[in-house]
Amino acid sequence: MIEIQQISKKYKGADNYSVSNLDLSVVEGEIFGLLGPNGAGKTTLISMLCSLIKATSGQFTIDGLNYKEHKNQLKQLIGIVPQEYALYNSLTAYENLMYFGAMYGLKGSVLKEKITTALVRLGLGDFAHKKIGTFSGGMKRRINLIASILHEPKVLFLDEPTVGVDVQSKNVIIQHLQELNDSGTTIIYTSHHLNEAEHFCTNVAIIDHGKIMIEGRPKDLIENQPEANNLEDVFIALTGKALRDHA
Amino acid sequence: MHKLWASTYKEFLLLTRDIGGIAILFIMPLVLIVTITLIQDSTFKSVNESKIPVLLVDKDKGTISETIFSGLQESNSFEVILKEKESEAKELVFKGDYQLAIVIPENLSSDLNKKVTQNVEGILAEFGIEETEEVPEKKVIPKKEVNLYFDPATQLTFKSSVKNGIDKMISKIETQSIYKAFQEQISDDETEVIFDTDSFISFKEIMPKVEGDKEVIPNSVQHNVPAWTLFAIFFIIVPLSINIVKEKSQGTFIRLRTNPVSYATVLGGKTVVYLIVCIIQFVLMLLVGVYLFPTLGLPVLDISGRIGLLFLVTIFSGLAAIGLGLLLGTIAKTQEQSAPFGATFVVILAAMGGVWVPVFVMPKVMQLLSHFSPMNWGLNAYYDVFLRNSNFIEVVPEITTLFLFFIVTTVISIIYNEKKNAV
Repeated sequence: MIEIQQISKKYKGADNYSVSNLDLSVVEGEIFGLLGPNGAGKTTLISMLCSLIKATSGQFTIDGLNYKEHKNQLKQLIGIVPQEYALYNSLTAYENLMYFGAMYGLKGSVLKEKITTALVRLGLGDFAHKKIGTFSGGMKRRINLIASILHEPKVLFLDEPTVGVDVQSKNVIIQHLQELNDSGTTIIYTSHHLNEAEHFCTNVAIIDHGKIMIEGRPKDLIENQPEANNLEDVFIALTGKALRDHA
Repeated sequence: MHKLWASTYKEFLLLTRDIGGIAILFIMPLVLIVTITLIQDSTFKSVNESKIPVLLVDKDKGTISETIFSGLQESNSFEVILKEKESEAKELVFKGDYQLAIVIPENLSSDLNKKVTQNVEGILAEFGIEETEEVPEKKVIPKKEVNLYFDPATQLTFKSSVKNGIDKMISKIETQSIYKAFQEQISDDETEVIFDTDSFISFKEIMPKVEGDKEVIPNSVQHNVPAWTLFAIFFIIVPLSINIVKEKSQGTFIRLRTNPVSYATVLGGKTVVYLIVCIIQFVLMLLVGVYLFPTLGLPVLDISGRIGLLFLVTIFSGLAAIGLGLLLGTIAKTQEQSAPFGATFVVILAAMGGVWVPVFVMPKVMQLLSHFSPMNWGLNAYYDVFLRNSNFIEVVPEITTLFLFFIVTTVISIIYNEKKNAV
């Protein structure tokens, strides 16, 4: 589904590459986890795949299409759940979703039905006509997710979709993502919650310094790493215990 | 088209949910126009209706000082206060207690009479009609100066107008003295009128006419409403640019960039809503001019027969302002960049465009630069309609320029955005 070849990104004025000559394949129907410490290059990689930033070099295709030739087709094909709440605080949940749904070409009763169904499924049916500004972090995360899946994308990118939410909201989000995947959506997601990724992802790649350190099924990675009991042990073994603060 | 409609509806919701923002957009321009017009009208009245106290030091005690005194009194603009000493008058004016002191020098009347008589006798002798038939010996009569003291804080326009007034008064006295001297030399009968000393040339201002014989009479309202309406319309670049910068900072713009929607569509929604805001601003300004101003003792705004053209000019002025707002919002990265820059830039454009000071009194360089201010194009179009009674064809050049400005700024915004976010 996604083929990445030798992709690199160096930001203007930066000393090092954020992503360096990275190769990666994501198979259709996978839930692929991009894991790594702060500044490893996860968000940069997802941003390039979503056409938010330009790669310094290298290329990639999604479902056989590239951005230069099939920009609008690709935009219709993918959904992105950004790390920040990309919503209008003074609009209600329903108004936000009507707007973003319309941007994907959805309209009328079809759009209204999709919104109502998604809101109910993610436990927000009673809050449809409340302003986003009054929502908790967990509620905003769920609306953020709905806004990205109304058009039923084939590939869904999620940048830390469960960061800063309570356990209940996290469970609802993960459960819904699982349902989407069951219906055929390929999911690529980044997270710092290694336990969550271990159980949720079919495949993971641990990235550090813009390069893939290891890639495979979580279970295989744990088995192949000496003295590792879980994905976190593998992660620490590969990336070290040193702090990764950066500005 | 559906995406444009959805964008427009979203912008409408965002705007109407911000009550404070709406109040600023609609109420502040009204407060501005009422305040400015009241101030300008009261300034006008202070010069023309209420009397300005003026100090007069009369060292002459003759006919000229009497004429100046009565001239000032009769002008209804000044209240003349006599002072004995020049030094006292000077101190009072320089301290700011009075705006003006006039000091008439000693022997002004008698010396002027002597000078005029000397000149007249000289001329008559040259023509051989002087009784003595001898050219009288010329005595040197020193030139006289009327000293004027102004408060240093006095505005140049006031100084200039007072100087002109006194100069005119003195010229008239000199002319009449010459006539009088000739009359005395030519006729023995003092009651005989040889020269008619009344002004032969006078001025009559012809106004443009609208709807038959009704004249377009310029007043502070006819000048202020278009000028400050335009100022308010252009101030829309501040909230509009903030709106765009906010989209970028709160992440919604990132989502829009991943959606299959063009930047032109996103800007289109903003353009429609903010253009409606401009039109509402204009309607409110007109209502204030027509209905509120008369209750405040100001002249009524005359819009008869011009309403269609006025709306046309407003739409194109609004588009020019929106184009600028879109460009600023697209280029600016933070609200701290867009808001102060936008506000200051509008003030600069207004100054360049002739909103505060008419373009024709500006220095040559500024007159040239004023041609590049969209506010100048808009103001000219408004004045064409409000004051010059122009028709549609006559405002076409201005509204075309305004529209081209909108197109150019919008296209630059789209290209800039494409370049910046190219993948």
